[in-house]
Amino acid sequence: MPEKEVIIIGGGAAGLAAAVACQKKGIEDILIIERNSYLGGILNQCIHDGFGLEKFHTSLTGPEYAQRYIDQVMDKKIPFLLNSMVLNLTPQKEVIVVNHHGLQHYRAKVIILAMGCRERTRGAIGIPGARPSGIYTAGVAQELINLKNYMVGEKIVVLGSGDIGMIMARRLTLEGAEVVLVAEKLPYSSGLPRNINQCLYDFDIPLLLNHTVVDIEGNGRLSGVTIAQLGKRGGIIPGSKRKIACDTLLLSVGLIPENELSREAGIVLDPITGGPQVDERGQTNILGIFVCGNVLQVHDIVDNVSLEAEYIVEGVAEYLEGRLNKEQEIKIELGEGLRYVVPQTLHTLKDTIFSFRVNQPGEKKVLIFEDNKTLIKKKSLRRVNPAEMIRIKLTSRELKSIKSIKVRLV
Amino acid sequence: MKITNHHYDVVIIGGGVVGCAIARELSRYKTSIAVLEKEDDVSWGISCRNSGVVHAGFNYKSGTLRAQLCVEGNKSFAKLCNELDVPYKKIGKVVVAQKKEEIRELKKLKTQGEKNKVESLQIINSAELKKLEPNVKGIAALYSPETAITSPYMLTIALAENALTNGVSFFLNTEVKSIAKLRNSDFRINTNKGEFTSSYVINSAGLYSDKVAHMVEKNKYRIYPCRGEYYVLDKNASWIINHLIYPVPKPGIGGLGIHFTPTIDKNILIGPSDEYIKQKDNFSSTSKIMKMLASESQDFLPLISSQYIIRSYSGIRAKQAPSSEGGFWDFVIEESDTVDNFINLIGIESPGLTAAQSIAKKVVGIINKKEELSPNSNFNPFRKGIFRFEEQDEETKKALIKQDPNYGEIICRCEKVTKKEILEAINNPLGARSLISIKYRTRAMMGRCQGGYCQTRIMEILRESFKLNPQEITLKGKNSYLLTGYRSNKENKSCQKKKLLSLEEELLV
Repeated sequence: MPEKEVIIIGGGAAGLAAAVACQKKGIEDILIIERNSYLGGILNQCIHDGFGLEKFHTSLTGPEYAQRYIDQVMDKKIPFLLNSMVLNLTPQKEVIVVNHHGLQHYRAKVIILAMGCRERTRGAIGIPGARPSGIYTAGVAQELINLKNYMVGEKIVVLGSGDIGMIMARRLTLEGAEVVLVAEKLPYSSGLPRNINQCLYDFDIPLLLNHTVVDIEGNGRLSGVTIAQLGKRGGIIPGSKRKIACDTLLLSVGLIPENELSREAGIVLDPITGGPQVDERGQTNILGIFVCGNVLQVHDIVDNVSLEAEYIVEGVAEYLEGRLNKEQEIKIELGEGLRYVVPQTLHTLKDTIFSFRVNQPGEKKVLIFEDNKTLIKKKSLRRVNPAEMIRIKLTSRELKSIKSIKVRLV
Repeated sequence: MKITNHHYDVVIIGGGVVGCAIARELSRYKTSIAVLEKEDDVSWGISCRNSGVVHAGFNYKSGTLRAQLCVEGNKSFAKLCNELDVPYKKIGKVVVAQKKEEIRELKKLKTQGEKNKVESLQIINSAELKKLEPNVKGIAALYSPETAITSPYMLTIALAENALTNGVSFFLNTEVKSIAKLRNSDFRINTNKGEFTSSYVINSAGLYSDKVAHMVEKNKYRIYPCRGEYYVLDKNASWIINHLIYPVPKPGIGGLGIHFTPTIDKNILIGPSDEYIKQKDNFSSTSKIMKMLASESQDFLPLISSQYIIRSYSGIRAKQAPSSEGGFWDFVIEESDTVDNFINLIGIESPGLTAAQSIAKKVVGIINKKEELSPNSNFNPFRKGIFRFEEQDEETKKALIKQDPNYGEIICRCEKVTKKEILEAINNPLGARSLISIKYRTRAMMGRCQGGYCQTRIMEILRESFKLNPQEITLKGKNSYLLTGYRSNKENKSCQKKKLLSLEEELLV
């Protein structure tokens, strides 16, 4: 069985950045395994711009952003497999890969999980009504339009105001479709403010907050949807139902980290993030299996995916050199105002980047890190929004000799 | 395609499980047979939208056709599935009592079952139930080890394909408009695809069997559509139950109650509800019933949570019993008493799947009495399904990829369906070409991502295989087009990436 130092599952934004970072750390024996016929993953279908502002200080399209990493992979001759799917991952860090050449087993000292995420579907959120054609998740519609050159419909209602949904509302408008409205069941958008402005308001597409789709009609192709306004407790406000004639319903109702391989390998998952539980170096409960990117937690900006990948590779290098020790185990306790925190555990007290999402939008908030009522760090936040991930670094000096951590937002 | 002047000995109206079983059963004899199906594929009416249970037969009143044909069907089901290469698992069923007074009902069911010649029925106590089903809440149960599961659509497809191999003609997208009895006593069947003539007509039109019967005789039957909604759970929930789990049936309702069905593919179905509706083609799910399913399932299995739900769907029962009465009327399987050679199958609801082959034998018996059918010595009872890569051991998988590299390309990530299987499904002998037809034949798009990964890939394979325009690709035939065209008329190659050469490609086997 071929043995590698590092196997990276997934050749998208996270996997490519991890591979390049590994190579920079002097790790030579790497293999990226990618199921598509090209590298770059979902970035290839994100042909809008706005990528790279943080990482490269310029606005790139998705394919351009990916190409920056692909060029480095090619330049440094980092090996990769295309058209190859990992069928199985074991706790012993063996993978079985299938492609046109056959089935191949590999073993690695380190596995980096970089499988990305998938879209939540109609079935998972239980929209009632008929089951005609013309119901697409936003990402599938994006793939069909941007990669395959097909048009998915002519008159469109978008449910959910996730970023891809809003970007697709603009995209479809530019392609000549009529986007009637975007309905969001929450009182606030689940996408970035810049997308609300640039994708909806600039194109006169109404965003209806507190609204959802309650019925779908159509025998062959979709012929219409019924939307309704929701009250404070989430019930339908009587008399608010209205039918909208359309031929397409686009869903942008959330992303789920793609962790089927992780689950089968026995990696412990966080029920809130949907990703593995990790320590400060992105290491899972199985030693030598690290995670980064959307398979760990769904990001809103690709730059953060790259940064996260580079960050966990620090741990990968230390692990390979035998320097990554579990000195202690501190579980991070989540207080009020926060939906989740990554990492969930600390094993060492080195510089650590924490990622958070808040429960609801707010202004003038303070994020407080405490060790049994003793303040570790305080950070004022002018504005918080569930759509925007908060990333904060605590230095080894700040973390020095703590016994516990509780984080809360007040 | 306009068909004119096609004559068959027998025309079967309806390509559901019963129509296809009759077609196959008749193809054992030297007869010319046509099946007319109004949809784009077989099984799309009632047959693809039920629980897929092979009932043992204790639920039905003794002495009825339903009881008799169900028990017969159950006993020969394993053999049928074996001949047709269709999945079948005898997993057993428990009818769970939660209140003391329900135990009496269990005993009644057991007595009725034994009268119907159902084998091995047992009443078990709560400790024994706990052993069989640790997560189910109940105080006692009726245990039926003879109850099994199958895939209802795969069985229907298999019956049709085997019938086709044995000479039966299938006409899809062919809807019967009217039927006339000619002077020479033949039937003339007028359809949207032209005229057919035949000596016999078999009305196995399911929900529309009343309408078809009315085409030749005065209003005698009426079918009331009774909808049942389901939830489908992720395979990750499959550990929760081991058997089919049913409540004690309540009198006067249209079904057997909300139950839990482990499927052949390790999903769990919750449902079906029973609700009389007006239209026969309204397969909608409703928020009211979806909420009810979620809350009722908690009574039996508190471990089931909404996070496992991946899909909802509904089926419609073809009931003769009106809503005011509820319950079940017996199957009608008989030659019309006013029109010779016109055989009606009316009100074939549950256990129609289990009984399909027995029903078919009964219909052939009716014809045989009048015709002296001579056996078809070329009849081949065997049919091979699509070989599933995922179910093979590693050595076989390797050999398969060597033999055809398309086995090395996984198209559906969740269900691990390869390109080879998709291609076989696309080239199915019935000529069904929609996404749903591929889904029912391969399981692609049935997993937790519901086609998010594979749907576009399958659309591409379909388009390439048949040189279709984008607008011609459909979800389920007819007007269910998926795309409205190309983004622009000019094909834009620049957005397709140049194929990168994989550095490892040479290193591999």
